[in-house]
Amino acid sequence: MLRQVQEGLRRETAKKLRFVPGIIYVDEGAVCGQSPAEREETLLQMEAILRASGFPYHLARLEEVFDLPGSVLQRGPHRPAGPGASYKEAVESFIHQHRQAEGGAPERLAELSTRAMPGAETPGGRGARPLAAARTEQLLQLFGSVKTLTAKEELLQALRTHLILHTARAQGYSKVLMGDSCTRLAVKLLTNLSLGRGASLAMDTGFSDDRHGDVLVVRPMREYSAKEIAFYNRLFGVPTVLTPALDTRAPEKASIHRVIERFLYGLQAEFPSTVSTVYRTGEKLSAAPGDAGPAPGAAEPERCLLCLCTLDTNVEEGSALQAILVSEQLSGERPPAASPAGPGACAGAAEQRGCCTHATAPRADFLPLLCYGCRLTIKDTACLESLPPYVRSEAARRSRRAAMKQQIQEFLLEDDAVTPGES
Amino acid sequence: MPTTCSACGTSPAALRRPRTGHALCRACFLAAFEEETHRAIVAGRLFRPGETVAIGASGGKDSTVLAHLLQLLNQRHGYGLHLVLLSVDEGIAGYRDASLAAVRRHHHRSGLPLHVISYRELYGWSMDRIARHLGPRNNCTFCGVFRRQALDRGALLLGADKIATGHNADDVAETVLMNFLRGDVGRLRRGAGAGTAGGEGAVPRCKPLRHAYEKEIVLYAYFQGLDYFSTECVYAPQAYRGYARTLLKDLEAARPSAVADLGHSGERLSLRSDLRLPARGTCQRCGYVASQPLCKACVLLEGLDRGLPKLGIGKHQRLRDKLRDGQPLTEEERRRLGAPAEADGEVPEQQEPGGESGVQDKERGGRNLRGPRDLDF
Repeated sequence: MLRQVQEGLRRETAKKLRFVPGIIYVDEGAVCGQSPAEREETLLQMEAILRASGFPYHLARLEEVFDLPGSVLQRGPHRPAGPGASYKEAVESFIHQHRQAEGGAPERLAELSTRAMPGAETPGGRGARPLAAARTEQLLQLFGSVKTLTAKEELLQALRTHLILHTARAQGYSKVLMGDSCTRLAVKLLTNLSLGRGASLAMDTGFSDDRHGDVLVVRPMREYSAKEIAFYNRLFGVPTVLTPALDTRAPEKASIHRVIERFLYGLQAEFPSTVSTVYRTGEKLSAAPGDAGPAPGAAEPERCLLCLCTLDTNVEEGSALQAILVSEQLSGERPPAASPAGPGACAGAAEQRGCCTHATAPRADFLPLLCYGCRLTIKDTACLESLPPYVRSEAARRSRRAAMKQQIQEFLLEDDAVTPGES
Repeated sequence: MPTTCSACGTSPAALRRPRTGHALCRACFLAAFEEETHRAIVAGRLFRPGETVAIGASGGKDSTVLAHLLQLLNQRHGYGLHLVLLSVDEGIAGYRDASLAAVRRHHHRSGLPLHVISYRELYGWSMDRIARHLGPRNNCTFCGVFRRQALDRGALLLGADKIATGHNADDVAETVLMNFLRGDVGRLRRGAGAGTAGGEGAVPRCKPLRHAYEKEIVLYAYFQGLDYFSTECVYAPQAYRGYARTLLKDLEAARPSAVADLGHSGERLSLRSDLRLPARGTCQRCGYVASQPLCKACVLLEGLDRGLPKLGIGKHQRLRDKLRDGQPLTEEERRRLGAPAEADGEVPEQQEPGGESGVQDKERGGRNLRGPRDLDF
């Protein structure tokens, strides 16, 4: 994708692209089992590639999620599409701006790029080392408390998205381009289907994803298959860096993602139209919430805390969700409100970790803030306390607000069909 | 390592529920399963008092448990339903006759009335005979289409208001996956609801067990001492659904709630409103509900009767149009439609005995070919 953007921006290209790109790379090595030395090695390789591109770049580490603000989880104000003038005028003004800023490009590059590591910017960076190590510890503890590989993958995706989103907002980018190929999106479609995320399929795999409001996530590579991209890279000498992923060397049926990937690749070998058929089916989905949408006249629909898609957990009569709740109730699960364990306790307490403080919202308040898919992820997370502060504080804030609303429900005039905490 | 039942807290647990992972004793599991089915029926408003419900009974685990449960709950909660068992004989030797025996045993034990209709009577073709002409693949297409109509016609003749089938959560999940893999957007949209509405020769249907895990149905039958027939259909291994089934097993191994999660996803899918989806009309020949001028069963039958069994399989619109217009087909075209390789223009073998000889010559557009026949019970 980087190469394509570079091609598109060259002076000689007809229909030249008209935007200012930056690049972000998120280092997830700690979670994927890389040693600090290996991570440093990878970062150096990446930096070389990014610097060669000539665009401002940002290197981020996943550990930074512990320093994110709670506003990351809130939908930003929707930025109207430019001054409202015609496309041609917008292009003209862009070219004009660009010509003015043309001089001194290399220095500006160094200014704009950030290589983020806590405390690394300060010259006397020695004191930063323990802080960085502590963050890595926290990250490992968080992922350690997640019981299944499926949930780990989902959590990793959520955190990565938040980090990218925050960087984009902080640096003033209005769009994020993701490099998902057709093959990867087909896998994602089936995976999300199996994870109970049917309601948000269109946003997760569509061309544009506007769930964050001010920053638009775009997937320009969605029409290319993985094989085509591999050939392109080889033929045109595009440099790549290989890093281990979360499920590298994991057993076959360890996670839903792995199962689907293996299945789809296997089926594709026998029925060569499989991937493209799945992809095309995905194209036919719409991003509108459909039946699970809010009542007319309601304000902003409730959004999931972690993935920011519209909540799909309103219980409809005869639905699968209702059936699961009934089953859990009949099989002896105590209803969340009457939990005898008391507020603030988490499953981690059962394992003698004793890690929970009363600052964390109890699990019972947490779950209603999430969509069906994210609920499953959090259910697999033993210790809620190890979640990054921004998640916990935003969850607590929303819980308090929901409680407030509950108290004054009878006096509110606007018709709000979806309330957190309703089951 | 004896665990205690998590529902009653007293008896030792006899099983672990696949659906939720809880350890339950026999009594609590049976009670929970029955209660869940009851709630699903009530919440989904599947029945109204006084209705006659035809239970699609194949002798297999799903329909056996369904019949047992409906009878039990009907009594316990006073649904006020009149229940009948409706069985379809597809004519698969070694498989269907054995499972029909199981249905008859259930009928004798339960006292529910039983009616059996066969493909041979209805269409003039048994599945074994179709398979001989068609080969190992694509049999399930014929069987599925014919069975659907057979159930409807049987139900109409019995005067039933609804058909209840034993589809379970695994079936629903497999269907969601399969429709995605095949790009069948029309079915994805229709699959979301609790059942079909009926009309134009089709009786409304419902799936009371659609939230029940297949494994739990087996557990229920086991602990309740129910007897059923459990061999896989001989033609099933070649079916495309097999891939979805294997995938579902793997998904369930990775995360047990995947079956229910797929059901939830299927319900919450929203399709673009600008899609061009097939409209619902009626078949010109037999009047059954269809999205094309001829219903699928009529097309399939036409192919079989003419010795071109693949007429309804795959995309042969141009060739079908040629036939409809009475134009002759070339040798190669006939081969593509599955004509036997020996000689050209061979008359299809004599129809099997049984049913009326000759055609009930109701107004079929002047052509001497059959759609599904009417029956007198």
